[in-house]
Amino acid sequence: MAGSPVQMTGTVLTTRRVDAYHALTVVAPGIADRFRPGHFVTVAAGGRDTSMLTRRALTVHDVKPDYGGTVELVFAVRGAGTAWLAEVKARDTLDLVGPLGRPFPLPRDPCTCVLVGGEYGSASLFALGDALQTRGCRIDFVLGATTAERVFGALRARRMGETTTLTTEDGSLGMRGKVTDVLPGVIADARADVVYACGPMAMLRGVTAVAVEFGIPVQVAVEEHMACGIGVCMTCVVPVIGEDGVTRMLRACVEGPVFRGERVRFDDVGTIPFDALGAPGGRNV
Amino acid sequence: MELPNPVLTAAGCGGTGRELAQFFDVARLGAFVTRSITMAPRAGRPTPRMAETPSGLLNAVGLQGPGVEAFLERELPWLAERGARTIVSVGGGTVAEFTALSRRLADAPGITAVEVNLSCPNVEDRGRMFARDGSAAAEVVASVRAAIRYDVPVIAKLSPDVADIVAVARSCVDGGADALAMINTPAGMSIDVDAMRPTLAAGAGGLSGPAVRPLAVRCVWQAHAALPGVPIIGMGGVTTGRDALELILAGACAVAVGTATFHDPYACPRILRELEELLTERGFDRLADAVGLAHRPAGTGPRGRTDLEESSL
Ligand SMILES: Cc1cc2nc3c(=O)[nH]c(=O)nc-3n(C[C@H](O)[C@H](O)[C@H](O)COP(=O)(O)OP(=O)(O)OC[C@H]3O[C@@H](n4cnc5c(N)ncnc54)[C@H](O)[C@@H]3O)c2cc1C
Ligand SMILES: Cc1cc2nc3c(=O)[nH]c(=O)nc-3n(C[C@H](O)[C@H](O)[C@H](O)COP(=O)(O)O)c2cc1C
Ligand code: FES
Repeated sequence: MAGSPVQMTGTVLTTRRVDAYHALTVVAPGIADRFRPGHFVTVAAGGRDTSMLTRRALTVHDVKPDYGGTVELVFAVRGAGTAWLAEVKARDTLDLVGPLGRPFPLPRDPCTCVLVGGEYGSASLFALGDALQTRGCRIDFVLGATTAERVFGALRARRMGETTTLTTEDGSLGMRGKVTDVLPGVIADARADVVYACGPMAMLRGVTAVAVEFGIPVQVAVEEHMACGIGVCMTCVVPVIGEDGVTRMLRACVEGPVFRGERVRFDDVGTIPFDALGAPGGRNV
Repeated sequence: MELPNPVLTAAGCGGTGRELAQFFDVARLGAFVTRSITMAPRAGRPTPRMAETPSGLLNAVGLQGPGVEAFLERELPWLAERGARTIVSVGGGTVAEFTALSRRLADAPGITAVEVNLSCPNVEDRGRMFARDGSAAAEVVASVRAAIRYDVPVIAKLSPDVADIVAVARSCVDGGADALAMINTPAGMSIDVDAMRPTLAAGAGGLSGPAVRPLAVRCVWQAHAALPGVPIIGMGGVTTGRDALELILAGACAVAVGTATFHDPYACPRILRELEELLTERGFDRLADAVGLAHRPAGTGPRGRTDLEESSL
């Protein structure tokens, strides 16, 4: 656990719409200081005396040094919590805990990295791209979504990446299809050494399969339902194969959200694999 | 059992202690209550394991944990080192399993008390909870009491999902329970109206949070009225010092905080501070003077009750 998380009340500096998404910049020096790419924060939704008891996990999209340190969050409205967040105005305050989770590990030596983002998942890739470029890495982006307005960060990717390939399922932007359709070509052309990915589980599974085929490492940031974000409730588990070959139900909020893709048993997410440590009737009991 | 203060973590809501220690010193808790420890490692239930409901949380974690050996090796020593008083919650599917588990814990140093999670399904009774049946609950409590050192209190943790909580409480006390903890989560369910399927993979789950507080207050009230000499740890939706005081006035001499910690990692120390302020404001010198005070006859002054038990928890 690198750098303890803090809880703080941050003032909202700006709010804006970015295509299908909402973006909030919040003054949160303690969180911005400790931030590393891949970290997330949790937000209390609903204000004082809220009936929403669980915090909402959101990736930190960007940190800036203004006002001692700000974090930017990008989110889609899904249910009551994100709907409330979408109504937040500049100068309102937000209760944040962060930075949380295991960030993306960075390569020791300069190499070529493909960064794959699905929907708002690309929000976490730009800080990662900056960190990789600072280390002399080449980066290539593959961003995709169902429709054009759900592709996040295409302009910034075009500015930062050696190449940027966009996909939409309806063909309204870039190639028609999924990121996994174009990923083999991008990896081959760039002679990529490593893949980083953030997006829906199904996409992460597909991206991992492609990377495995090329025999290159892949780091994925997963999303599982979270209630606390700090490792105490055990609700956010995913089946992950350990160094010792044993599958364990690991907490996405503290042991993740970033895992080595080939270690995540994507086909078994939402189940307890029969051979997981402590599975009912399993051999390990 | 003497605790320095009356605010505890609720079983299964404080991780291993290390996670909360990032926010505050776990030695500042009245006690740290562990998740329910089982004999063997358990992978728990499939996800989704949680669903938010109005002022409530449904969970079906399924007692995921590393098993007693790993607990004794990695978790308990760390808590002791940090100066936390540790109440070990135990869970099992048979009386024999509770016995074996208690024997394994019997000579481990650094255990302040053992809490028996009676909401576990009894595999020998087609999965019916031990807590539903006074005699099954008493049998489990007696087996734990027999194995654990005489100077380590045994706490029976009860479920509100029973017809007569007082009967079960009384059976547990007769079985050797030194104290009672209540309430564990009542069973609940939510259905995702878009998917038209239960929200939790397990179907039903345990409901916690402020939504269940009135249920907790009623259970504590009834148990205290029937068994005024038995210390009660109250829990269920405690989010503020005021909520803690409500359970104390109903008859609890300590409170445990579960779901509130998910929203506010500092919930335990904050609730303690708020409770202390409230007690001072109301002129109580000792917490014991407030325990069960709401039971005094209507019309009596707030300090009218003099026959209060000294809180020994
Ligand atoms: C590590 C991580 C990073 C995330 N980053 C982003 C981001 O940058 N932008 C973004 O738009 N979304 C992100 N999400 C998803 C986001 O947390 C959910 O969309 C949000 O919690 C939904 O809350 P709600 O109240 O609108 O929905 P509801 O469905 O009403 O939420 C009910 C409960 O379920 C939990 N929940 C529901 N869906 C999810 C989910 N997919 N993941 C985790 N918890 C969930 C909520 O926390 C809440 O406790 C991230 C999730 C994780 C785990
Ligand atoms: C995620 C979660 C896990 C829990 N795990 C346990 C457990 O392992 N053993 C147990 O006796 N109670 C367990 N409980 C019940 C709590 O200890 C407590 O009795 C209940 O949640 C009511 O308190 P609260 O409203 O403050 O959460 C759990 C509750 C939650 C929400
Ligand atoms: S969200 Fe609570 S343990 Fe991960």
